[in-house]
Amino acid sequence: MRKLALSDEILLSVEKPARYIGGEVNSVVKDIEKDHIDIRFAMCFPDVYEIGMSHLGIQILYDMFNRMEGVWCERVYSPWPDLDKIMREKHIPLFGLESQEPVKDLDFLGITLQYEMCYTNVLQVLDLSGIPLLSKDRTWDDPIVLGGGPCTYNPEPLAPFFDIFYMGEGETRYEELIKLYREARKNGLSRLEFLRKAALIPGLYVPSLYDVTYNEDGTFQEMIPLYPEAPKTVVKEVVMDLDHVPYPDKPVVPFIQVTQDRVTLEIMRGCIRGCRFCQAGMIYRPVRERSLEFLKEKATAMLRSTGHEEITLSSLSSSDYTHLGELVNFLIDEFKSQGVNISLPSLRIDAFSLDVMSKVQDIRKSSVTFAPEAGTQRMRNVINKGLTTEDILNGSREAFSGGWNKVKLYFMLGLPTETEEDMVGIAELANEVAAVYYDTVPKEQRQGRCQITASSSFFIPKPFTGLQWARMYPKEEYARRAHIVKDAMNAQLNHKSLHYQYHETDVSVLEGVFARGDRRIADVILAAYRRGSLFDAWSEFYDDEKWQQSFKECGLDPDFYTMRERPIEEAFPWDFIDTGVTKAFLIREWQRAHEPVITPNCRQKCQGCGARRFGGGVCFEGQS
Amino acid sequence: MKVRVKFTKSGPVKFIGHLDVMRYFQKANRRAQIPVKYSEGFNPHQIMSFAAPLGLGDTSECEYMDMEVLSSGSSKEMIDRMNAVMVEGIRVISWKELPDKSQNAMAAMAAADYVLSFREGYAPEPWDAFVSGMQAFLSQPEIRIVKKSKKSEKEVDIRPLLYSWSFSDGQFFCQVAAGSLANLKPELLIEAYCQEKGLELSPFAVQVHRKELYADEGTDGVRKLVPLENVGKDIL
Ligand code: SF4
Repeated sequence: MRKLALSDEILLSVEKPARYIGGEVNSVVKDIEKDHIDIRFAMCFPDVYEIGMSHLGIQILYDMFNRMEGVWCERVYSPWPDLDKIMREKHIPLFGLESQEPVKDLDFLGITLQYEMCYTNVLQVLDLSGIPLLSKDRTWDDPIVLGGGPCTYNPEPLAPFFDIFYMGEGETRYEELIKLYREARKNGLSRLEFLRKAALIPGLYVPSLYDVTYNEDGTFQEMIPLYPEAPKTVVKEVVMDLDHVPYPDKPVVPFIQVTQDRVTLEIMRGCIRGCRFCQAGMIYRPVRERSLEFLKEKATAMLRSTGHEEITLSSLSSSDYTHLGELVNFLIDEFKSQGVNISLPSLRIDAFSLDVMSKVQDIRKSSVTFAPEAGTQRMRNVINKGLTTEDILNGSREAFSGGWNKVKLYFMLGLPTETEEDMVGIAELANEVAAVYYDTVPKEQRQGRCQITASSSFFIPKPFTGLQWARMYPKEEYARRAHIVKDAMNAQLNHKSLHYQYHETDVSVLEGVFARGDRRIADVILAAYRRGSLFDAWSEFYDDEKWQQSFKECGLDPDFYTMRERPIEEAFPWDFIDTGVTKAFLIREWQRAHEPVITPNCRQKCQGCGARRFGGGVCFEGQS
Repeated sequence: MKVRVKFTKSGPVKFIGHLDVMRYFQKANRRAQIPVKYSEGFNPHQIMSFAAPLGLGDTSECEYMDMEVLSSGSSKEMIDRMNAVMVEGIRVISWKELPDKSQNAMAAMAAADYVLSFREGYAPEPWDAFVSGMQAFLSQPEIRIVKKSKKSEKEVDIRPLLYSWSFSDGQFFCQVAAGSLANLKPELLIEAYCQEKGLELSPFAVQVHRKELYADEGTDGVRKLVPLENVGKDIL
């Protein structure tokens, strides 16, 4: 039997010891000798096990690495604060779940960066592993520390902590990188020599090979390669044929309940819609779909190998998947009778989706969801959200006639050009939806009141979006706007049917700093970590005071990063990354936001965003 | 058809809690394509129940799960099918058909065998003194301990719940009452002894291992313990 890294005493003194034992169904244990393993890869999601295990990207890469000859990939998550404390006290190094061996002894540590608030957890993982926090202090005794995931589209706040960032989709370049690593080790290359060669692999960014300069006003000036061969721009990697890249047949099945305790079927990547606030909608362009055949096969294989009782579809906008009807009917016909639940997130509410939903959910208990993102049509034009008030009211009417009486509405506050009218508009829209219920459903058929829940988060400008120039607001201002919505809710005729909730404000501002920060922010992250900041994505652990002190200590002003509307001419630290979507297109979107006019989606009319040059996907649809 | 499945739980999976073991078997049944009967309703669930929860960190070679199945192959075939989808540390060791009117494992359970050992570095020293001390302690006609509940504290005699015991190779074997009528956690015996002698006992000292669960088929107050699996029959 596998020997665990932690003693029984420790495992019995921490919450949910199953987080740390590995050995789950479909987890991969290889034999170093027999399987001729020469490359050990640790794949880390820097948050607690239950969150990390729910992430599809890790499952895809884990499967991909473990299919490679001579490579053994294992998983690492952030130890929860209870174990974190014990590991520090007893000097127990962080270990991979599969081998239970120290991460430090492995060849690679790949860390996925899914949200900014995990940045201190990145340092925790390095620290507990005994790996120097700064890339410049590492030697061949340490693994190569790699970063990937959406936050790498502005890697600069984390630049000193990573040896390499992998820009874009992970399926394409790891074989090459591993080959290079094997050769480098065999030929006795230095770590720097290896990194310089790695920088030549498309999609890989080696931050230590560049120096950064700033203007007198503190804005970013330029990134200067320290070596002639270091590329000036790094083009993101993208898979054009999603049917011919690895996708797991046997995802790992956790013992304990995790956030997404189900089979996840990724039906497509990218989004045709082009909402101006949405980073995913830009960086994953162009839209590429998986074939129906591929998905049927994978759904069957994954349900069989995991025994999960639920399957869900993953994409940014499932309704835009060409074969959605066929796929959903297949899942219902094939698996419903076997007691498998089918969950369908991010569906546009219309006759088709309501019909499907009525087959797979208990209408009385479930709700229908709209994401208008803004309360007025004008505001929705600013953010290029094509959904109209009419769409929402019609969709609600159909849902209410179909028996639903719960509607969820998602909004953002703090969008550019937002006025009080837009804030009040949120309450008015919610009220209108409620009114539709009382108009549509006769009194005798009502099951009490309808429940309309509106939630708002605060808009955070992200790199590579049409709103990347926008400013944010102080947290008091966010609170004020949320209160305007709240008061307006209470003033509505149907206020008894309306509920309103809004997200925390402190975290939003900090997230904004990280999202569009530069290399200097790394000092702040390090300082906050030294002060004990950890699990910042968890409101119970987030401590704003520590962050404020850290900014002061580093002589940096968070407002500089968030509270200015940035001029078009300003150079951004992330401009060196080429996502395919051109800056010219984003500038046009920023201008159109101010008119404000809607930009048609990829299927209505190509807008020449630049992503066409990858040579496939929606840009070439119907042109074969 | 009702079947009783016996399985082991040892190694790292001892850190999987009881509810998660249930979830594990729901998924394992699907992987092995066991035709388990589902309940009615919008969210049907597999009809299954477990004999007795095992404490977190305890190991066992006698976990029992009763299930209703629509059909079944031979016991051997079903055991093989289950074991093809198990993880390290969980093995299915018997699959028996239950008589129609039998009680479920939880209700039928009356006694249990345990082996208690000390984790490395926690064994009382000197061992012989501990053994003879325990022998004398357990041989008393009464062992009174204070049982604390949320509201009250009361003194109870646990001696009648201890049916037999022995020591060998650094281990303590005991047979105790188990079930809803009377139940004794075996580690209580060592705890009570240490408390009386003023000996320090770490909460992590004792590794509990469950060896067997029994039904009582005796009459007139005479115990006749039968392993829970023997209530059912092999399917040939
Ligand atoms: S090039 Fe045109 S079709 Fe392709 S992603 Fe850009 S806007 Fe859409």
